[in-house]
Amino acid sequence: MATREEVLALRAAVAQREEELNSLKQKLAAALLAEQELEPERRVPVSPLPPKAALSRDEILRYSRQLVLPELGVHGQLRLAAASVLIVGCGGLGCPLAQYLAAAGVGRLGLVDYDVIELSNLARQVLHEEALAGQAKAFSAAASLRRLNSEVECVPYAQALTPDTALDLVRRYDVVADCSDNVPTRYLVNDACVLAGRPLVSASALRFEGQITVYHYDDGPCYRCIFPQPPPAETVTNCADGGVLGVVTGVVGCLQALEVLKIAAGLGPSYSGSLLLFDALRGHFRSIQLRKRRSDCAACGERPTVADLQDYEAFCGSSATDKCRSLQLLSPEERISVTDYKRLLDSGAPHVLLDVRPQVEVDICRLPHALHIPLRHLERKDRESLKLLREAIQEGNGDTQEGTAVYVYVICKLGNDSQKAVRILQSLTAAQELDSLTVQDIAGGLMAWAAKIDQTFPQY
Amino acid sequence: MAAPLSVEVEFGGGAELLFDGVKKHQVTLPGQEEPWDIRNLLVWIKKNLLKERPELFIQGDSVRPGILVLINDADWELLGELDYQLQDQDSVLFISTLHGG
Repeated sequence: MATREEVLALRAAVAQREEELNSLKQKLAAALLAEQELEPERRVPVSPLPPKAALSRDEILRYSRQLVLPELGVHGQLRLAAASVLIVGCGGLGCPLAQYLAAAGVGRLGLVDYDVIELSNLARQVLHEEALAGQAKAFSAAASLRRLNSEVECVPYAQALTPDTALDLVRRYDVVADCSDNVPTRYLVNDACVLAGRPLVSASALRFEGQITVYHYDDGPCYRCIFPQPPPAETVTNCADGGVLGVVTGVVGCLQALEVLKIAAGLGPSYSGSLLLFDALRGHFRSIQLRKRRSDCAACGERPTVADLQDYEAFCGSSATDKCRSLQLLSPEERISVTDYKRLLDSGAPHVLLDVRPQVEVDICRLPHALHIPLRHLERKDRESLKLLREAIQEGNGDTQEGTAVYVYVICKLGNDSQKAVRILQSLTAAQELDSLTVQDIAGGLMAWAAKIDQTFPQY
Repeated sequence: MAAPLSVEVEFGGGAELLFDGVKKHQVTLPGQEEPWDIRNLLVWIKKNLLKERPELFIQGDSVRPGILVLINDADWELLGELDYQLQDQDSVLFISTLHGG
């Protein structure tokens, strides 16, 4: 049995090691940052990879399990070693994709991502680690991949893919993987691939679903053949709003890696001209047949109108990021800041605080004094919800003078839905379905509350 | 007079959220003078299945950009799009394309 002294000594040793580990992690983060600062100067001119004639003894051992596959064999492995793949986006899809491509021995990986690592990325972006929060994803991914396979050349590009840079970059690689998270980038990557004549393996995921297909391979369709018009910006949901399960991006990113490997090894893809739908909740895979290449396609048709890269943000009416959009529906007088609301709350002024987030988000965190009615209930004028609201208003009214309008403050996560809710409440008042009230929304929502007023309030 | 048709209508990729989150709908289209095509199926869906915000599903007399229509697992473009005449036991899938990554 261990004595008390032994326990204490072990505790001390553990604490010391933890301190050492922390200091190492900090040094690593600093080193990565320094590397990042150097990078723009380096601007590695990427020359084509030379064909590889033979595998070394180490390579034979390393790749032995895939070398004995007759479909791949030494010939396929040599092709992988001479292949280069441009990965657009080092997030939920890009991480597993890059990981498997590096492990399989693809010669060169270009890693594009303008974004930095956030804590909310780690549940699905599996190449990045806690200690590197705040660092560029492209560098973090490259460092991680080098640890996995030092033979693979990793070229990080910690910048956005833009119409100015895309074509030159795409031309330096054999295959392109679209792992991006927004519509303008998807059109940009497609057009660059068509202009440069590169096959594009494209995947996407949201909630419990994923989609994957191969564009512009042989005589197959390109993205614009299938989607000549971009979707209206308000119909596009990002992972922050819609949610996504990490393993779903993992499965889809791995399928995408498989398509890239088959193209690079000369086996040919399975999903050119077809789209694989993955429904993780039901456990369904479903492959659907897509249309042929369109002769009137603006990008790959017989008389293309896309002769060079355009302004894709203007074309799509949305920005080339997946950051949440901030809506400007209300005038400044119809809004209140979190600071002013806090002051009002502290003064004890009678009012109703209305939280319009979906139930699932209220379960994560809430302000205890808020009345909860989801925006969707207000939109469909749900009877039960309006009754609750009327009661809350009457209760709030008890303390105010007869005839004065009751104050209702509407809050949501970021201050977008709350503006829509204000408009709905105003129209309900005008239609005399609600008593006279003064309604404002709290700008920036609960995330501004968490950032500026209450540091213990969760952010999500 | 076209006979009533039994058709499976399915939504995915988030489009089901406009239909109370229900993905699969087994529906019976009543007998009518004209044959059922996708154009009047959309009108029927808007009237009978769509729960909210029709502008996120319909644009003009077609679906909004970004929704793929698949008839028996094939792109509707291969089958005449809005003019495709529905057959009994057809399956029609409306899939909203995803952009997240």
